[in-house]
Amino acid sequence: MGKKKKESVIESSIKRKYKLQAKDVKVWYGDFMAIKGISMDIKPNKVTAFIGPSGCGKSTFLRLFNRMNDYVDGFKMDGTINIDDKDINDKDINVELLRKQVGMVFQKPNPFPKSIFENVAYGLKIQGLKDKTFLEERVESSLKQVALWEEVKDDLNKNALALSGGQQQRLCIARTLAVEPSIILMDEPTSALDPISTAKIEELIYQLKDKYTIVIVTHNMQQASRISDNTAFFYLGDLIEYDKTNKIFTNPEKKQTENYITGRFG
Amino acid sequence: MNNIRKNRLKDQAFKIWGIFCTLLGLVLLAVFIGNILIDGIMRIDWAFVMNLPSRHAEESGIYTALMGSIWVLLLTTLIALPVGIAAAIYLEEYSKKNKLATILEVNISNLAGVPSIIYGLLGLEVFVRIMEMGASVLAGSFTLALLILPIVIVSTREALKAVPKSIRDASFAMGASKWQTVYHQLLPASFGGILTGVILALSRAVGETAPLIVIGALAYVPFAPSSPMDEFSVLPIQIFNWITRPQHGFVENAAAAIIILLLITFVMNGIAVYFRNKWQKKFK
Repeated sequence: MGKKKKESVIESSIKRKYKLQAKDVKVWYGDFMAIKGISMDIKPNKVTAFIGPSGCGKSTFLRLFNRMNDYVDGFKMDGTINIDDKDINDKDINVELLRKQVGMVFQKPNPFPKSIFENVAYGLKIQGLKDKTFLEERVESSLKQVALWEEVKDDLNKNALALSGGQQQRLCIARTLAVEPSIILMDEPTSALDPISTAKIEELIYQLKDKYTIVIVTHNMQQASRISDNTAFFYLGDLIEYDKTNKIFTNPEKKQTENYITGRFG
Repeated sequence: MNNIRKNRLKDQAFKIWGIFCTLLGLVLLAVFIGNILIDGIMRIDWAFVMNLPSRHAEESGIYTALMGSIWVLLLTTLIALPVGIAAAIYLEEYSKKNKLATILEVNISNLAGVPSIIYGLLGLEVFVRIMEMGASVLAGSFTLALLILPIVIVSTREALKAVPKSIRDASFAMGASKWQTVYHQLLPASFGGILTGVILALSRAVGETAPLIVIGALAYVPFAPSSPMDEFSVLPIQIFNWITRPQHGFVENAAAAIIILLLITFVMNGIAVYFRNKWQKKFK
């Protein structure tokens, strides 16, 4: 019953104007103010890129959407984050459920030291799903979505750590897709990969936006311009400029943005 | 020029001193083991292992003490393992990193340094008297479990710490709860490390004498224990007892028992080293 209802909420959100909304968000780590009051709206089924120099708060901001900062010592937050018009920091929000809806891919590929199959099935298994055929189907379809199936279908029981870096990262994306999230957060997903693997992941991101809302943090300016629809430029905990990617890269409003994207600092 | 020569000389001198220091312990141990082997190896046979203690040295065996040691080892493991691992998981994964946690941490490290005879006194008061277990295998096991608990906790925490943060991130980001992350990821990944620590702790426990003498373990027990509430002896106490006897036959017995005790600890340490090596490869 409850599950049906949730699914219909997710579906109807596709027609919503905004998937994610941040309102006057401030973040502190102890006494250090990492984010100084940011409001922004993120559209569904688009790729939104966060760019900015190291330490500008873009990763911290990204991690607010699946509450991955909760475990950080000294973390404090003010303001609201809404997903599908619901405040995700509300008391009645179940963080585990939230993270099933909001998947995350990390900077360094971090597969579990288990088999390829176990990696992809992990999210389903911890939800208590045990049906073998269902798990097998979902593992296969997830691996196919990231174009890894052909490469690994014969050794699904092989340890995931034996894969190459690029394969590992695609496996991590497959692992995220397996629980059918509606949003995928990516924290510099290609910064540890070679150019060919990077190209594969970028191609994948481009395809995935039909079904998912994607937010990606990147240090690579070309990458942002290649794959994103909208780009947000962060600097020292502030959101400096947020607009269509085309506009940001060809005709930015702010001097700081222009300086950064032309490589004059950062 | 002179300076360079002097430095080289110092270098050489230190190297020799270093080699001497490295070998000091090993050589002494080798001499000791050699001595014991000469004294005792001829005494070891099946009868020595299976015989009950006796007034006559040549009829005497270590059966009751060996069985006592095995009983104590098993029960100590059963008690110390779940408690120690649970405490370590709490400290490492659940507790907030605040002042209280620091105080707890420092005190657990301190516990590891408390002399074992103090644990014996604690065991005598709490387990033997207040909880009325008497001088039983169970009381001895609880006492030794307390003794090795700090080692188990510290080594389990180290093993958990060695699991990369990225594994925790990945698990949490998949919607796993803390317990699911601990159970499905952290424990399997740190299993080898935990096991190493536990085995090393147990091999210390199997050699402990003082706390068991304090709680009243006997040097002479006519039968091997058949339940946790039975009286018992252990190998080190048996050895201690034989060494204090004047007859030469008992010195031989003691040497033979020492060989068996050493064998047990060496095997346990060997297993620990094996698991450590196997486990270290996992994340590389």
